[in-house]
Amino acid sequence: MKTMMMTANKRFSHPLLVLAMATFALGSAHAKKPWEDIGRDAKPAEIAAWDIDVRPDFKGLPAGAGSVDRGTEVWESKCASCHGVFGESNEVFTPLVGGTTAKDIETGHVANLLPGKNFPQRTTMMKVATVSTLWDYINRAMPWNAPKSLSTDDVYAVLAYLLNLAEVVPADYVLSDKNIADVQKRMPNRNGMTVYTPLWDVKGKGDVQNVACMKNCVTELTLGSSLPDFARDAHGDINKQNRIIGPVRGAVTTEPAPKTLNDSRAKVMGVAAPAKAEAGAIDVKALLVSNSCTACHGMKNKMVGPGFAEVAEKYKGQADAKTYLIGKIKNGGAGVWGGIPMPGQPQLSDAELAAIAGWIVDGAK
Amino acid sequence: MPINQDLNIPMGNALDQPIGRIIPAPENHLSADGLETARKARRSFMGKALAMGAGIAAASKAAVAAPEGEEAILKLPAHTTGLGQGVAANAYGMPSKWESNLMRRESPGLTRVPQASVSFCPLQGLFGIITPSGLHFERHHQGWWDIDPSQHRFMVNGLVKRPRVFTMDDLMRLPSVSRIHFIECGANTGPEWGNVALPSVQYTHGMLSCSEFTGVLLSTVLEMCGIDKKKARYVLAEGADGSSMTRTIAMDRAMDDVMIAWGMNGEMLRPENGYPLRLVVPGVQGVSWVKYLRRIEVGDQPYATKDEAVHYIDLQPDGQHRQYTSIQECKSVITTPSGSQTLLDKGYYNISGLAWSGRGSIKRVDVSVDGGRNWRTARIEGPTLSKALTRFNFDWVWDGKPAILQSRAIDSTGYVQPKINQLRAVRGTRSIYHNNAIQSWKISENGEVSNVQVY
Repeated sequence: MKTMMMTANKRFSHPLLVLAMATFALGSAHAKKPWEDIGRDAKPAEIAAWDIDVRPDFKGLPAGAGSVDRGTEVWESKCASCHGVFGESNEVFTPLVGGTTAKDIETGHVANLLPGKNFPQRTTMMKVATVSTLWDYINRAMPWNAPKSLSTDDVYAVLAYLLNLAEVVPADYVLSDKNIADVQKRMPNRNGMTVYTPLWDVKGKGDVQNVACMKNCVTELTLGSSLPDFARDAHGDINKQNRIIGPVRGAVTTEPAPKTLNDSRAKVMGVAAPAKAEAGAIDVKALLVSNSCTACHGMKNKMVGPGFAEVAEKYKGQADAKTYLIGKIKNGGAGVWGGIPMPGQPQLSDAELAAIAGWIVDGAK
Repeated sequence: MPINQDLNIPMGNALDQPIGRIIPAPENHLSADGLETARKARRSFMGKALAMGAGIAAASKAAVAAPEGEEAILKLPAHTTGLGQGVAANAYGMPSKWESNLMRRESPGLTRVPQASVSFCPLQGLFGIITPSGLHFERHHQGWWDIDPSQHRFMVNGLVKRPRVFTMDDLMRLPSVSRIHFIECGANTGPEWGNVALPSVQYTHGMLSCSEFTGVLLSTVLEMCGIDKKKARYVLAEGADGSSMTRTIAMDRAMDDVMIAWGMNGEMLRPENGYPLRLVVPGVQGVSWVKYLRRIEVGDQPYATKDEAVHYIDLQPDGQHRQYTSIQECKSVITTPSGSQTLLDKGYYNISGLAWSGRGSIKRVDVSVDGGRNWRTARIEGPTLSKALTRFNFDWVWDGKPAILQSRAIDSTGYVQPKINQLRAVRGTRSIYHNNAIQSWKISENGEVSNVQVY
């Protein structure tokens, strides 16, 4: 092959042919796909607009500076409402600051992360190892409702304020791209991260494995933990979170556990029924609106006609009240409550008439 | 044959062997005792009395005991005797109104802001392996958007010969693939590291979904941009939402099966799931599947973004955090019957559940009904796909006594799903992320299923 190529090169020594050969050779090393030129080149300004990430080695960090004082101003106007004046608030987000010490700044390990310390919240400053992370995130995602609205200098300022709260920098500090690497050397948990490759690499072996025992396996068979009774309804009524058909139902978790299987079944089957009835039931109040009844009748008091509650009161205890009212609604009438006649409502079905009349007789509630 | 005076129906013998499940019938107005009597009576009646030709004339309180048969059959309903609705009455079809109990739900108290929260997928009611798109779990970091796809742009920059910009038109012209993959949040089952905290599988395992995704392989696009293979070690994926979510992806993942996806279950992605473009990182925790994907940067170092330096880091017993824990290891859970469900009767049950692995496919699932002492191998329903949910089923006859159900999955690498105490022995109880423990469901004599930890 080599000999042939050399021969060929000699033979096709015309410049144009050599160029054609070179192009061919390039093409075979990098076979051009027919879709390769779909899309277009990104313009430098476009890349600059989007490429805002800042790495732990500060690649991507724009030049700028901000003081703790300026940070205090920005913080109080744009950050404190969610995070608290001192970054301590647990109202909207977990606290940002707290739980770190001068000793941690020295060692780079936050002692409150050790077992048994039981510090109530793991704050951001307790966890984060890289100051670049904070700069990047404040810049890209804060303030919460207006992300990316801070100027570069104000991002430095807000970060300076946070670092001062955590006593990483003094109150008169001006954080900048020039000194941020020094700040990194004081981050309280800077040595607190382990890159654990077995859970990063798809081909890794996990650190916890079981064995596939099939018979008489060793188990402690102790009930390690169960949900306490008081938490039974913490997630609402699970019955309403399960299908109404099938081999199982959701338990009615808003009530204590039934004692027997029969009780359980009665309970869950019993509550399935109303759901069914509701779906087919007539919504009287919706009917009152859609048929313009409420244009003249108040729920309680007289408007043009009497309030529904007044009608209910008038016919309370009258045995044939429902039948009477069905007739009145269907055919209309005048004189009982004043001179203004009520038009008949022949468009209502018998079932709808009965539902409305029944609702009134039951007290119009 | 004795007659039950209260119900005015014939009494039969108690069943020696519990059979099947009971049929939901209009016994609902009966007391528990009446219900049970009616249930037995019906079986007895149908099995014996009817065969003997004995008719019971009395219209009893228990409609079910009507000798002619069940009203649901004998009285033809409106849908059998009337005219139904026309085509396109619902131009985009929705589930039956009877299914409204199954919906995405938040876990009360888990988060305080709905824009940075989670809604859980109702696994307890789903079949097979595909999650209906409208029930796909949600995790937003700064609220969701419905982005105009014609204005969406996707950029590749960093260690590439030519940084490129793509419109959706461009991307959708490229050679596409369609693949079924699960997505699981790294914090799924996280509240259970220390103890039982959640009542049902929706909340214990519901940050899990599985869809058919359609898109272009990231490797195809990176090749187009002339990736610098000598230097490139990582890519950064970035979203277009307010949080501009960023995550570092390993280069071997990026060049393997990572997809830039626009399609989900035959249609475009739903807005809550990243419309019009999201990253699909098979086997890797959901936070890396960046939604509203706007940019991929190729680099030579990891980025330590907020969601890999403050969150999604696993605290170990020595006080160190594990960073860049991405793989969702082999896991399984029984979805029927599961926490806070109630078994309706003794007898046969088809125990059904899901198994998955971020390292490959599911090789086997074993099920125990005695708290892990003895196991039998479940039936695997096809298809068995790499880094996808796999459905398993298991025959079981409940004798009415307390039982503890568990499932244990084994993946194609031979890895066996661990018990919670095995995980705790190594990783402690404060890890939050990557809890892939065997789940235990206790069946009590009253038929209720509850979440317990047994090992």
